[in-house]
Order: sequence, then C-alpha cells, then structure tokens
Amino acid sequence: MRSQLATALAFLRNTWRGLTSMRTALVLLFLLALAALPGALIPQRSLNPGEVDKYFREYPNLAPVLDKIGAFEVFGSVWFASIYVLLFISLIGCLLPRCWQHYKALRAEPVRTPRNLARMPHHAETTVDSSVDEVVAAAHRRLKGWRKVEREEDDGSRSISAERGFLREVGNLVFHFALIGLLIGVAGGKFYGYEGQVIVMADGSEFCNAGTYNYDSFRAGLRVDGTQLDPFCVRVNDYHTRYLPTGQAVDFRADLQYQSGDDLQNDAWRPYLLQVNHPLRTAGDRVYLTGNGYAPKFTVTFPNGQRRTQVVQWQPVDPTTMLSQGATKFDPPGVQDERQRRQNQIAVTGLFAPTANYSGTLLSSGFPDLLDPTVAVDVLRGDLGLDSGRGQSIFSVDQSMVANGRLKRVARQNLRVGQEVRLDDGTTVHFDGVQRWVNLQISHDPFEAWVLFFAITIVFGIGTSLIIKRRRVWVRVRRHPEDSARTVVEVGGLARTDQAGYGEEFTRLAADLLGTQDDGSPQSSAVAAGARGRKN
Amino acid sequence: MPVNQTLATYSDMAYATSVVIYIAAMLLYFGEFAYGRARRAAPERESVLVGAGGGETTSKPAVGHVAEAPKRPLAERVGGMAVSMTVLGALVHLTSIVLRGLATGRAPWGNMYEFGSAICFAAVVAWTVVLFRQLRVGRRDATPSQLRGLGGFVMLPMIVLLFLSGTVLYAKAAPLQPALQSYWITIHVTAAVISSGALLFAGVASVLYLVRSRYENNPLKMAKVGSRLPTSQALDRLAYRTTVVTFPIWTFTIIAGAIWAEAAWGRFWGWDPKETCSFIAWVVYAAYLHARATSGWRGARAAWINIFGLAVMIFNLFFVNIVVAGLHSYAGLPGS
Ligand code: HEM
Repeated sequence: MRSQLATALAFLRNTWRGLTSMRTALVLLFLLALAALPGALIPQRSLNPGEVDKYFREYPNLAPVLDKIGAFEVFGSVWFASIYVLLFISLIGCLLPRCWQHYKALRAEPVRTPRNLARMPHHAETTVDSSVDEVVAAAHRRLKGWRKVEREEDDGSRSISAERGFLREVGNLVFHFALIGLLIGVAGGKFYGYEGQVIVMADGSEFCNAGTYNYDSFRAGLRVDGTQLDPFCVRVNDYHTRYLPTGQAVDFRADLQYQSGDDLQNDAWRPYLLQVNHPLRTAGDRVYLTGNGYAPKFTVTFPNGQRRTQVVQWQPVDPTTMLSQGATKFDPPGVQDERQRRQNQIAVTGLFAPTANYSGTLLSSGFPDLLDPTVAVDVLRGDLGLDSGRGQSIFSVDQSMVANGRLKRVARQNLRVGQEVRLDDGTTVHFDGVQRWVNLQISHDPFEAWVLFFAITIVFGIGTSLIIKRRRVWVRVRRHPEDSARTVVEVGGLARTDQAGYGEEFTRLAADLLGTQDDGSPQSSAVAAGARGRKN
Repeated sequence: MPVNQTLATYSDMAYATSVVIYIAAMLLYFGEFAYGRARRAAPERESVLVGAGGGETTSKPAVGHVAEAPKRPLAERVGGMAVSMTVLGALVHLTSIVLRGLATGRAPWGNMYEFGSAICFAAVVAWTVVLFRQLRVGRRDATPSQLRGLGGFVMLPMIVLLFLSGTVLYAKAAPLQPALQSYWITIHVTAAVISSGALLFAGVASVLYLVRSRYENNPLKMAKVGSRLPTSQALDRLAYRTTVVTFPIWTFTIIAGAIWAEAAWGRFWGWDPKETCSFIAWVVYAAYLHARATSGWRGARAAWINIFGLAVMIFNLFFVNIVVAGLHSYAGLPGS
C-alpha cells in the first residue's frame, strides 16, 4: 500500500517535472505553431463561411473529414485549446520555482572570487604604484551600481566580487507572466464581450443598442444573454465615399449623431464623423463602419390607384464596382382577402448598377459611384411566401415559390432613375432614386484594456530580458611580492548569458580598474588598421 | 492627394538601378569568395581547423596581414568593391523609397511592391551594420574577408525578392485605401519591415551555419563553400544575436498590428490568415530562443528552427498576401 502510494507520487512528480521542463515547453511551442497552421491554410467558418461552403463543394470527400476534426474551426477546437492549456500549465509550473530562485539569487552574496582569474573568459592584470587600499577604494567607486561584496582572502589579498544584470531575469519573468495575463484577458473578452452587425439607412435612421432584436446578426459571449447591453443610440444622417478615377475608394465617411449616458435622458445628440480607422467609442462600446451599399427606391402604383414606396438595401456583389443585387417586396395595400393578397404580392428583383455599363443588353457596373444609377429588374407577382413561417433573405425571393409556379415573372426591364415599367394589369413600378446605407458593427469587450496592458508589458519584459546581460566581474588586489610599495591588480570577467558584447564593457572596465590607458593598447591600433583597410 | 507621376517615375528608375548595383555587388562578393580561396588555401585551412576547435582564434593573423601587406591581394580589393557597391546600392535604393513616399505623400509601404522593397532595404542595412560592427576588433568573430563571404548569400535571396517585387507584385504609385490610412501604418509596417529584413539575414546565417558545421564535422563535406565561411560558432552567434535583437521588434510588430486592427477592423485579433501566420512565426522564433537555452537543442537543431521561422515569414509575405488573400476579403490590404 505504502509503496503503491509512493509509486503514484513518484509518477505525479515525474509527470510534473516533465511537463515543466524546458524541453516540453519547446515541444509544446512547436505543436502550437503546427496546430495553428491549418487555420491559415484552410478557410475558417468564423471568418469566411462562404469559403468553407466552397471548400465543401470543391472537395466533397475531404471536407467532411476535415470538418469532423475541427479543421474549419481550428481556434475553437479542443486540440488547439489543449495544446495551449498544457503550455500555460507548463509555463506556470516553470515560473513559480524560477521566481523563488530569483528571489534567493537577489539576496545571495556574489560568489567568491575564483582562485585562478586567468581562466575566466575575460582577464587582465597589471602592477600599479598605488597602495592596496587606494586601489580597492577606487575599484569600489568604479563598480558603483554593481551588487558587490569585498572579501579578505587566506593569502592576505583582498578581492571584490561584483554582479550585475538581475533585471534580465526580472524581465524574463515579467514577460512570461504577462503572457498568462494576456491569455486570461482574451478569454475574459470571449466570456463577457459581444459583437453585432446592423444595416442602417443613411437618411437619418437610428439604431439603438437596446436589445439583440435590433441587430441583423449578433454574437454574444458565453456570459452575455443580450438583456443588459450598454445603452446608446446612433443616427446616421449621411454617407459619402470619395473615389479616384480608377474606382479605388479614398475614404468612407458616415455623418453620425449619437447619444449615451445622460444624453439619453436629455435627448441631446452629439455629432461624430465615423470613418474607417476611427470608430466611435461610447458607453463602453465601439461602433465601426464596416460596409456600405445602395438601396434603390421603388414606388409601386397598384391598379386601384394606391401607392406603396419602399427603400430596401441591396447587397453589393462586386466591391470594386458596387454592382448590387436584391429584392424589394410589396404587399398590395387595402386587400382584406388573404388569398387574393397572396396572389398579388410583388417583388422587384435584379441588379443595381451605380454607373450603368452594358455588355449587349446585360447590365453591369462601370464605376462604384452614383454617376448613372440603373436597375435591371425582374418584376415577380404572386405569393412571396412571407407567411410560410420560413425565414427569408431580404436580398432574394423564395425560389421554391418560383419553382412551384406560385410566383411568376411578369416583367423584365432596365430602368434609369425616373423611369417605370407597366405590368399587364396596369400596375406600375417606378424607380424613384437611390438611398445609401451603412453597415455598422457594434463591439463590446470589457477586457480590452487589460489585454493592451499585458501586451505592452510583454514588449517591455522581453526587451529588458534580451537587452540586459547578466555579468560578473572580480577584482583581486595584493601587495607586490618583491616591491612592497607596488600593488598587483587582477580583473576577471564572465557573462552568465550569451557572451556577446560583454567584451567591450569588460575592456573599458578593466582599463579603468587597472588604470591603464585605452589609446596605447593593441586594440585601438587594430581598429585603426581596420579603418585604413576600408578606405583604400 | 494626387500622385506626382514624375517623382514616381524617378523612383522606379532608382529601384531598377539599385537592383543592378546589388547584382554587381553580389557578383563581386562571390568573386572574392571564389577567388580568395584559391590563393590562400593552405594557411586558411589551418586557421579554420583551429577555429573549429577553439573558437575565436582566426582573427589575429588576418588583421596583421591587412595592416602590413604593401599591396592587398586582388581578392580583397574585389571584396572591398563589393562592400562599396552594397553601400551605393543601398543609397540608390533609399532614394527610390523616399521618392515613392514623396510622390504619393504617404509612408511608402502601402502595397506588396513597396513592402518588398522596404524589407530588402532593411536586410541590406542589417547586413551593412553587421559588417561594419564586426570590423571593430572587440567584437570580431571572423576576418573581414570571411565575413564578406556571407555577402553573396545575403544578396542572393534579396535580389530575388526585389526582382519579384518589381515585376510580379509591382503596383503603380497610388494613394492608400481607406483601411490603410492611419499613422499605424508607419509604426506597424516599419516594425514589420525591420524585423523581416533582419530575420532574413538571421535565416541566411543559420543556413550557412549548417553548411559550415557539416564541413567542420567532416572537412571533406561541403569543402568548397564551407572552408571559406566564418566558423560555425561565429555564424551561430550572428544568427542568434540578430534574432534576439529582432524578436522584441517582431513582438511589437504583432501588437501594433493588433492595436491597429482594433481600430480598423473592429477586433484586435481575428485569426485572419495574416495574423495567424505572424503568430506562427512568432511562436517559432520563441521556440528558437528556447532551443538555444535547452541542452541538446543548441546548434544544428536550433539553426533548423530559425530557418523554419524564416520560411514562415516568407510564406506569410508571399503566399498569404497573394494566394490566400486572392480568396479572402483581405485582398486589398497587402503589407498590413
Ligand atoms: C507561452 C509560451 C512561451 C513563450 C511565447 C515563451 C517565450 C520565451 C522567449 C521569447 C524567451 C527568450 C528570452 C531569452 O532568450 O532569454 C523565453 C525564455 C525562457 N523561457 Fe519561455 N516562453 C514560453 C513558455 C515557456 C515555458 C512553458 C517555460 C518553462 C518550461 C519557459 C521557460 C523559459 C526559460 C527558462 C527561459 C530563459 C531562457 C534563457 O535564459 O535564455 N518558457 N521564453
């Protein structure tokens, strides 16, 4: 029984040691890199669902297998999470003992001067005329800022051991801890954040962050139920895009007004020019301009003289020319009979081009700005299926209604602004003009500031850890064995980390400690030779 | 802001000129590399073998040689010319970049062409800095001529990159698209350019390290190239030091990118292919630094990790921007 327990404990201890070893960290880092790779190569559902569908069509055999193992949602997959969780456990297991060690190292005295300083990577020795006391005092002065201790040695010589660069390890620890902080901050955002999209007409229409039903789409964090959103409202008064003659957009600007906090009670509105790179930050939320488009305005005049006007956003299908497609749907007004109403619903579908450009009679768009707005419409009449209980896209009609003959095409025509098409029963569809709309994204992440804080800490931590060198220097001073008026000074140096760059510092230090001058040394003449060599 | 076409044309001309000068520099580097060896075969072999065992012993005789020789051997003069050509090329290249910036009235790294050009400039600067710093004896790991031997290998991938940027990826001077109009482009992309250029150099040093250490393990292998390179220890240190200095800059690049993305795209991190690839490269370089601190992983294995890191960087620059972006909404945003 005892021995079993001991075995189990030994197993646990070994597992823990294995997990927190540098080698494991290395392997886990590799695995993390490897596991992230498919995320860059295979389309991801969260980023681009359309591409995922396309992938399914192109590789019908492979795609389902990939889907099973989560290759389309790498960053939410179990295996990706298990790698980074292991990595972070390993990290914590590694950091705690290192903190303790470093604490002890900080309190420990610098190590004794090695007996044979000449064996050190850096070494220098000379004899000076000053007394031992003077030399030691000078060395203390020169080594100001170093952690040092002076010792009397058995043979009567005096030595100073000095150490520097403890901040390196501090930087390293700060860096690794900040990584953990960053991960926690990101996770917090996933729990308590939300993100929603909404299309708003740029004609003074308003959006209020009152509930998720106001959104076209809404992604809630795990701990967000959508009932307690930060209250604020925006009103989109106008929208502009400026284009170069090539059709490249120069800027996107939406003229907003917004209200939050006390303004909601007082009904005060503040202006804001919403642009890409300049989100509106208010009430703890951020509002972004993420898209724009056109909404053609149609007026349908029914045979009985009644009119209905609708402005519905159409969807850009080509971002460079803003060719758009959509469906504007009408109910016949004043029709009580349900069956009759359903036979006379009208949908205006087709293409919209901000600048008409024909290939034959086929409409396409030549330019993204509103130079010659034209629609190519199919007018459908019949049952739109709006009452079927099935959700429908606002950008298209229910094709099954067309397929089973309950929705029929009754006209097809190109219309410029002001033109109309007349149907067989006398109904007219008039193309009145175009309204712009914007797509807004509203984001909320209460942990964002923490993530930023840890990110900055990471940069400073790693910078400190990589720039500062941990180094030691020892000075040994003793009376000259033959000439008691003179003193022998010996200096040795060692960089605990990569030796790079310590040589120069040591050379300067040694020159000062030994009182030798710099310019006569072989080194400076070699530099001069090098310089000469470069010139000719 | 309208584009000044005259300046843009001068910029293109300077670009082409700098490529020609770099090619000349590369040929001169390789010239010294090939020719210098044949004349001084015996003594160098000796010093090489000493160097392989004991580290930094190779430099002293060569210094004396430079200072005392009444007339420098042809190979060394060729090497000196190579360095001059590199500096000249860099100046012309800089002119091209500055003119492009003036022509468009913005930071000149708003598309793939400009980004590639700037990275190569950073690589040349990294190379020149290493070259001149190493000439200071206190830091010397290799003789100047051994060091110059690296020049051709640094110039070669760079010229390829410049050529691709100037042809396949070339884009006419134009204002930035809205998402790129931010002061973050200066901060984030400058950091990206510096890190990519420096890591390109570090990767080349690691490749040469592998060649050299094969040669040191068995002088019959890779003898042609290996014997002329600096010691493996020196190459390893070059690669390590460059990576160590660059890693914080690359970390900063990614963080600056995230801060920018927060303003431009509505989230600071979204696992977009570019972000993912940068993250992977970062993790690989972190692995490299860990490997250098793990016994059994120093040396060849660490060098392979560094090379893998460079491969990811290059993949990120080309494949993600051109192929993957072709499918994604990201297409219009090269270099971000
Ligand atoms: C989340 C993943 C990690 C990242 C991104 C990371 C990154 C880094 C970086 C960039 C360095 C370089 C500092 C230097 O060269 O001095 C470093 C050093 C170090 N890391 Fe990590 N690390 C991670 C996880 C770990 C883990 C899990 C351990 C423990 C097993 C660990 C232990 C160390 C140690 C001991 C050093 C110092 C090496 C030296 O003195 O050169 N790291 N880390």
